[in-house]
Amino acid sequence: MSLESIPIQAYLIVSSALFCIGIWGLLNSRNAVRVLMSIELMLNAVNINLMAFSSYIDNNLIQGQVFTIFVITVAAAEAAVGLAILLSLYRNRVTVDMESFNLLKW
Amino acid sequence: MSIAITTQIICFTVLSLIILIGALGVVLLESIVYSAFLLGGVFMSVAGLYLLLNASFVAAAQVLVYVGAVNVLIIFAIMLVNKKEDLKPINDIKSRRIISTSICLTLLSLLIRVDLTNVWSLSSPQNSIGEESTIRIGEHLFSDYLLPFELASVLLLMAMIGAIVLARRDVMTKDISTGLPVDQELIEKSSEPLLTNKN
Repeated sequence: MSLESIPIQAYLIVSSALFCIGIWGLLNSRNAVRVLMSIELMLNAVNINLMAFSSYIDNNLIQGQVFTIFVITVAAAEAAVGLAILLSLYRNRVTVDMESFNLLKW
Repeated sequence: MSIAITTQIICFTVLSLIILIGALGVVLLESIVYSAFLLGGVFMSVAGLYLLLNASFVAAAQVLVYVGAVNVLIIFAIMLVNKKEDLKPINDIKSRRIISTSICLTLLSLLIRVDLTNVWSLSSPQNSIGEESTIRIGEHLFSDYLLPFELASVLLLMAMIGAIVLARRDVMTKDISTGLPVDQELIEKSSEPLLTNKN
């Protein structure tokens, strides 16, 4: 085995698998907190992708790392607002079951 | 990166296994508290992957923001809403599971195929700035990414105010539409205790 470094495909496959696990959790969770956790998993998968590309394709300007910083910022804001929405939903419905939040269902 | 390639491969394999098994645990485990702590482990392992990719600053930001802020926030939210409740059974749960699983597997195979068949135009490692990446990120943030950087601060301020407005309790003494006095009690006070015995 005469590799010089880990192939970029390894990182991409890990991030693809993580993204799909996140989507599965997003579609199948009954608990609203777990839905938010799945969204965080998907954001992390995207971040791994950006970092891998930044390191292997753009390793002098590393714009992917800057993008990752911004994604982390937006993810923090999203988590704060999402959990605040969750708390106010819980106050109104006294449940975190996703199936009971069907007010906008047609 | 001056680590030997064998060490890099071992680190990468271990971190990837932790990430994937931890993520599966996050979405599959019955107890939401275990899921939250596994999520912290996944975040730490992702930070380890960033270190393997020569990005020490982003790894530190990942640990600080994700493990230190987002994960703690999630654990607090679980603590506030963790009421044992019997979920209503859904009648078509099995077909829903099958459809969503097949969608995810299809997407996964598609993504892996793209990952493996596409010819990536890799740049030569001689150009790599390596450990200087923190300096380069600082240059980016204060030159060509200055506007997004400032907008991010506005976004964080908006998110903070929005979270406070959404999560605070109603402090009005009268309902606006009906004129009846508003119940100021916490919901938790009137309902059964939060941590019921485990069944």
